[in-house]
Amino acid sequence: MTKRMWALVAILAVGLAFPAAGVTKSSGGTLNMIAWEGYTQAQWVKPFEKSTGCTVHAKYAGSSDEMVTLMRSGGGSQYDMVSASGDASLRLIYGKDVQAIDPTKIPDFKNFGKTFQSPPNNTVGGKHYGISLQWGPNTLLYNTKKVSPAPTSWAAIYSPKYKGKVTVPDNPIQIADAALYLMKTQPSLGIKDPYELNSTQFNATINLLKKQKPLIKKYWATAGQEISDFKNGNVVIGASWPYQTNTLVADKAPVKDLVPKEGATGWLDTWMVSSHTKNLDCAMKWLSWISTPKVQAQQAIFFGETPVNSKACAIMDKLSKGSCAQYHANAPLKYFKQIHFWKTPIADCGNGQKNCMDYTKWQSAWTALKG
Amino acid sequence: MESRNTRIALSVWVAVVLAFLYIPILLICLYAFNRSNVESWPIPGLTTKWFSPAIHDPDMQQALWLSLKAGALSTAVALVLGSAAAFGVHRFRFFGREAVSFLLVLPIALPGIITGMALNSYFTFWKINFGLWTIVIGHATFCVVVVYNNVIARLRRVPGSLTEASMDLGADGWQTFRHVTFPTISTALISGGLLAFALSFDEVIVTTFTAGAQNTLPIWIFGQIRLGQSLPQVNVVVFLILAVTIVPVALAQRLTRESGILRTEE
Amino acid sequence: MAERLDRAQGLGGNRAGARRRLGGALWRRPRLKGASLLSPPVLAFVLVYVAALVALFVSSLWTVDSFTGLTIHSWTLDNFRELWHGAAYHTVAVRTILIAAAVTVTDAIIAFPFAYFMARLAGPRLRAVLFVLVLLPLWASYLARVYAWQLILNSDGLLNWSLGKLGLPAANLAYTNTAMWIVFSYIWLPFMILPVYAALERIPHSYIEASRDLGAKSGRTLRSVILPLALPGIVAGSIFTFSLTLGDYITPVLVGGTSSQFIGNVVYDSVNGAGNLPFGAAFAVVPVLVMGAYLLVARRLGAFEAL
Repeated sequence: MTKRMWALVAILAVGLAFPAAGVTKSSGGTLNMIAWEGYTQAQWVKPFEKSTGCTVHAKYAGSSDEMVTLMRSGGGSQYDMVSASGDASLRLIYGKDVQAIDPTKIPDFKNFGKTFQSPPNNTVGGKHYGISLQWGPNTLLYNTKKVSPAPTSWAAIYSPKYKGKVTVPDNPIQIADAALYLMKTQPSLGIKDPYELNSTQFNATINLLKKQKPLIKKYWATAGQEISDFKNGNVVIGASWPYQTNTLVADKAPVKDLVPKEGATGWLDTWMVSSHTKNLDCAMKWLSWISTPKVQAQQAIFFGETPVNSKACAIMDKLSKGSCAQYHANAPLKYFKQIHFWKTPIADCGNGQKNCMDYTKWQSAWTALKG
Repeated sequence: MESRNTRIALSVWVAVVLAFLYIPILLICLYAFNRSNVESWPIPGLTTKWFSPAIHDPDMQQALWLSLKAGALSTAVALVLGSAAAFGVHRFRFFGREAVSFLLVLPIALPGIITGMALNSYFTFWKINFGLWTIVIGHATFCVVVVYNNVIARLRRVPGSLTEASMDLGADGWQTFRHVTFPTISTALISGGLLAFALSFDEVIVTTFTAGAQNTLPIWIFGQIRLGQSLPQVNVVVFLILAVTIVPVALAQRLTRESGILRTEE
Repeated sequence: MAERLDRAQGLGGNRAGARRRLGGALWRRPRLKGASLLSPPVLAFVLVYVAALVALFVSSLWTVDSFTGLTIHSWTLDNFRELWHGAAYHTVAVRTILIAAAVTVTDAIIAFPFAYFMARLAGPRLRAVLFVLVLLPLWASYLARVYAWQLILNSDGLLNWSLGKLGLPAANLAYTNTAMWIVFSYIWLPFMILPVYAALERIPHSYIEASRDLGAKSGRTLRSVILPLALPGIVAGSIFTFSLTLGDYITPVLVGGTSSQFIGNVVYDSVNGAGNLPFGAAFAVVPVLVMGAYLLVARRLGAFEAL
């Protein structure tokens, strides 16, 4: 036994003594959040932590499904807040995973556009389960050097012209994008809402996706992956979020995005508070903070989405000239109607027949599609 | 001995394999100095601007700290349980001896996602809050076998006569352990413990299921890969960790070699 | 004499006496000592790990209500029926097993000459350096290493760039099953080299000399002496490479293509996506059965001794 070995043992022992001390540290004033990529940037989280003393821990989730599962993990006591999209928020409300809050305690609530104060995806029976945050479209992103003429229709990702250079999100809700395309291009199918599909409509949509599969390079799983794929020449066109466009443009990559003529699917996100949170105080402070015009503007510009606070427009233009118009913060209603917001497909789709394909079917169809 | 040609061929092979092992790692280190935040080849330019934000990122620091704690604790659990099992199995012939080996090997032989899912629903069932200790339990399952294997392999090489000689000379069980047994297995404990720590430190799959809201370092890294905006910071962190671990890994290797007591076969 | 030893150690006679009596009792009753050594690890494993596994597989006989997401606790084979009839699940299972096998064979082929050089040709100093060089990659984050492979395999990546400089046509490897095979082989290679090295190092030199003295050429010695003795090491390494590949779901997401789902991906999606733990558990039975069979074979080949 050399002296050196004892030294090593001593170092190990000291190392072990520390964690024991660390465990007892209280976690008061900490908000554990589940968020989309880019929703908890230091830019607006740091000033919040500084002014309120509440600490923010963020965990990124890749899909609404994952958000629901995480919110329920460990009996629902793990996370305090979630930035849920419309296809998760109702599941969370009916699952009693999130609690109703009093919006009058949020100073900026009165400045929200009327549509966003009580949208059906977060307000049930007059109760507000969280506050709306931002909304935006899933866009068509393309490489301006490799794709010409510039696309105007979603047809670009279903045609063989860019075979092997196309990318779409790896997410069952992507079925709605194909359904939306069919809704406009094959009216005979009678699709009224891309989230309410009977079996004929659903099968037609899946067939379209099956035909699309050989064209696809990659079903992207994370925003970072799509960014890297456009940058590294793996793909030239695909369905995207504005976040990727912004990151790529900032890196001077030759890309552009658009909402094609068929319209687009999109999201309306809500910050919701867990029913089991022990930090309601901090959570309410976060809701107030995230809805102030300045933070709304910062996030809108960073992610490339539209703020719900109508006062954010002026600040957006101050932060980045023309950004208010670019993200449609000044003309929401007409633009808003072009977008079919994510919602959870359920069997009872309001036609009284309960014959729509529910989300479980969407998921297994998506798994089968990827094969 | 092997012919000259065989020796040359084998040396070339070793060089090629080392290149295979290290080209990606050199890339990781190179891109820690990437000027752009989106990584692409060839590298557009060099800068050291990522080092400071990477080191001072509080999320990274917390994640690193949690990983160090989880690694140290799982290694400690593994050292205790793994060597106890190794001694038990080595010394005493009994029915079901094989079953014990089989049981301990299971967590590394079964896919991590299964261990993760199983523990996740088990902890949820017992209403155990996810956190440091659930991570430690998850990691300890597969760390135990690493220590166990190292210790039992060592015990097989040590002649039982050493222990008997010690007892014959009047030492009691503790003294024999302290002066004879422990020194013979100490290097096995070091290499087993180091490997266990490395496995825990870099584990993603089981951790995904057993961690709560806090991130371990690999989960923080996965978050950065998801975001795709500050990847050079990940490279900086990995680069620094490599630079720091070369010393203990090399030291452990030297220690393992120095213990001449084991070279009975030469 | 014993008393003197105790005093020399500066220990209180009483405490040492008690300890000695306990030690003596345990020494005289090896079974008791064996039980006291074995019961903590075995109990910990059975109560936590095995219990959790059993609970998981019991849940595979339940189902989840698609509307409420709640588990229905009534016994049914529905999950297995769905797996049996779903062609996509067969494809996924077969793909996973084939790639895991390919990775294992590849790693064995790469590792054997390397380990042979380390164990039998390298001097002590070089051997130590190689040992550290094999271990070190385990400290560079798995995720970062997989990501680095992306930089190599991208359409405009290092590989195609180098091929272009050499005037060769570009290889279209990004997001393919070939890419997964390469990356998995890369990631798990150290787990194959180490046990093979350990097995080779243990072969007494006299065996090889004896073989030569009996007139065997080096090829014959390799086949008849070295390979059989190294086999347990190779099998031990293969347990790692095979099972680690079999259970992965992150590499397929990061480097796999449009038809690259692994069992792990389907399981992960059904548990973390659909919230359908029973179905995920049912599919997880497949890798368990495969690994169970593999371990039984491995035990026969003596791999447990060589792990």
